[in-house]
Amino acid sequence: MYSNAYKKLVSLPPLLWVGLFLLLPYALMLAHSFWAVRDGMLVRQPDLHNYVTLFSKPVYAAVLVRTMRIAAAVTLCSLLLGYPLAYYLSFHAGAPKELLYQLVIVPLWVSYLVRGYAWKTILGSEGVLNGFFEYLHLTHEPVAFLLYSPFAVVVMLTHIYTPFVFLPIYAALEHIPRTLVEASEDLGAGAAQTFLRVILPLSIPGLLAGATFAFVLSLGDFLAPLLVGGASSTMIANVVQSLFGAAYDRPLGSAISVGLVIITVSLLVLSERLEKRWRYQ
Amino acid sequence: MSSVAANSLDPASAVLLEVRGVAKRFGTREVLRNISLTIAEGEFLTLLGESGSGKTTLLRLVAGFEEPTAGEIWMSGVRLDLLPPYQRRVNTVFQNYALFPHLSVRENVAYGLRVDEALRMVKMQEFAASRPSKLSGGQQQRVALARALVNRPLLLLLDEPLSALDANLRKQMQSELKALQREMGITFLFVTHDQEEAMALSDRIALMRDGALEQVATAREIYAHPATAYTARFIGQTNLLRGEILDGMARCGAIEWPSDDPGGAAIFSLRPEAIRLASDAVALPGTARFRAALQQQFFSGASELLEVNCSGQLLRVRISARGPLSGGHEFVFSTADAVRVQE
Repeated sequence: MYSNAYKKLVSLPPLLWVGLFLLLPYALMLAHSFWAVRDGMLVRQPDLHNYVTLFSKPVYAAVLVRTMRIAAAVTLCSLLLGYPLAYYLSFHAGAPKELLYQLVIVPLWVSYLVRGYAWKTILGSEGVLNGFFEYLHLTHEPVAFLLYSPFAVVVMLTHIYTPFVFLPIYAALEHIPRTLVEASEDLGAGAAQTFLRVILPLSIPGLLAGATFAFVLSLGDFLAPLLVGGASSTMIANVVQSLFGAAYDRPLGSAISVGLVIITVSLLVLSERLEKRWRYQ
Repeated sequence: MSSVAANSLDPASAVLLEVRGVAKRFGTREVLRNISLTIAEGEFLTLLGESGSGKTTLLRLVAGFEEPTAGEIWMSGVRLDLLPPYQRRVNTVFQNYALFPHLSVRENVAYGLRVDEALRMVKMQEFAASRPSKLSGGQQQRVALARALVNRPLLLLLDEPLSALDANLRKQMQSELKALQREMGITFLFVTHDQEEAMALSDRIALMRDGALEQVATAREIYAHPATAYTARFIGQTNLLRGEILDGMARCGAIEWPSDDPGGAAIFSLRPEAIRLASDAVALPGTARFRAALQQQFFSGASELLEVNCSGQLLRVRISARGPLSGGHEFVFSTADAVRVQE
C-alpha cells in the first residue's frame, strides 16, 4: 500500500504535536512537583516535600473533598435532568425528535463564559430570580445564597454539563433494538417493568459515560467558582491557579495537578471497566 | 373463491382466533385490506407472501404491537385488539430472536417463568447460564422459542423464525418445530415468504398479496387448485396457459382439449409434473396431446426438468429421470390437471 517512508512522514506532525504540547508539559509538571521554591527562586532538587505538604495540611484535603462533593452533585443533577430527557426523546418524542435533539445541542455552541455570566444575572441579588420572587411577594429582600455559593456553582455546572450527560445516554437508548421492548411486553411486562428490566440495564454504558463526563469536567473546573461561586466554594483548580499565579509556588501547584491527573485517570479507567461489563452487543 | 369454503379446517375443532374485517393504514399507505381469517385450536396456519404483502403487519396486530385501523380480533371469546400486548395470551418468536443481551439464557426464558421445563423442551438446558452472544444462530433460535413457550400461550406467533439459519439447520428446525407444535398442542401462526417451508409445515396456508388474502386453504388444496394465476405461480412451479374457451373447446396456442367450462378468455395452470412424454400413439379420452421441441434439459437426480417449445409457447415438464433427450416429442396431460384460474 503505502511506503514506510510515507507512513513515517505523515505520522510525524501528529507525533510532534502530541510530544510538544502534551507529553512535554506533563513531564515538566511531574518534574516541577518534586522541585521547590526558595526565596522566589526555583530550586531543582527533587524531593517529596510538596506531597508531604498536601497530605499534612488539612486545607487541601478539605478543598478536594468540597470539589468532589460539588462534582458529585453536578453529576447527580445532570443525570436526573439528562436521563429523562434522553429517554423521552428516544422513545416518546415522535416526529419532533430531530428538532428537540438540535435544541439540546445548541447551548454547546454558546461560549462557556457567556453562559456563566447569564447565571450571574439570573442568580444575583439584583438578578432575574430575586426580582421575580419579590414581584410575587415571596421575599422582601434578596435571597443571598443564590449567588456566591456552592449552590450557584452546582446550578451553573449542571446547566453546562447536562448536554454532555444527555448525549451518550441518548446514543445508548437509540441503540436498543425496539424489538426488545416489544419482546418484553410480549412476555407480560408492562411499561414500568420493561423500563427497569430491559431499557435501564441496556443504557447503563451510556449512563456511566455521561456521569464520567460530568464528574471529571466538574472536577477540573475553575471558572464557575470564580464567576458565581465566591470564597465559600473555592475548588481545587482555583487553588492550583492561585499557586501558579499570585502565590508563585508552581511546584506545589504541580503536585496538586499530578494528584488530579491520577484521580481523573483512575476514574476514566474505572468507568471504562464498568462500561465494558455492561456492554453486550 | 374457494378460500371461503376452505377457511375452516375442520368443523369439529373450535375456533381459537378470529380476525374480522381488519384493515391497517400507515399514513396514507394501506398495508392490510379487509382481512377476515379464523384459526382453529391446535392448527398450524402459515401466512405466506412476498415482502410487503402485509403478513408481518397482520402478525403484529395479533401480538398487539400495532392497532388495527378497522375491524376486530377475537380470541376464545375475548376481544383481543383492545388489550395491551402484555395482557394477551399470545407470545411471539421474533425474526431476529430479540433475546435480551444483558440476560443469560435462563434469565431470558425466566422473563416469562417456568424456565427449566421450557429449556428442556428445546434441548438447551446445558446453556442455561450462557449469554445469548455466546450462542450460535440455531441455539439462539431455540432460546427464543423456549422464551415464547414458557408462558404456555394459547397462540404462538412466529415471524420468519428460520430465515436467518442456513439450509440444513433450517430443515432440521422445521421438523423440530412441527414436532413441538404437535406435542404441545399450541396453535401456531407462522409468517414466511418461503413457499416450500409453508407447504412443509402448515395445516393451512393463507397466501397474502398487497395487503389482502389471496387464498386460504390446505397446502395440498392450494397446490392442486390454485384460485388465481398469482397463487399458481407463487406456490410451486407451474405453466400458465393463456387462451380461450369456445364452443366447448379450450384453446391455448397449439394445445387444445374439450372443456365444459363457460366460454370466454381463460387462464389454465398446468403443473410441470402433470405433463408426461406420450407413450401411446393415440390420445386417450380425458387427455390432451401436443408436440413440442426440447430446448433445455435439467437433470436433478430422481427427476429432470425439460423446457419445451410448443409452436412458440414455452412449457416446463418434469419427468422421472430417463437420460438425454433431443428433438421433437409428443407430450400428454390429463385435462383435469389443467386448472382454470383467475387473473
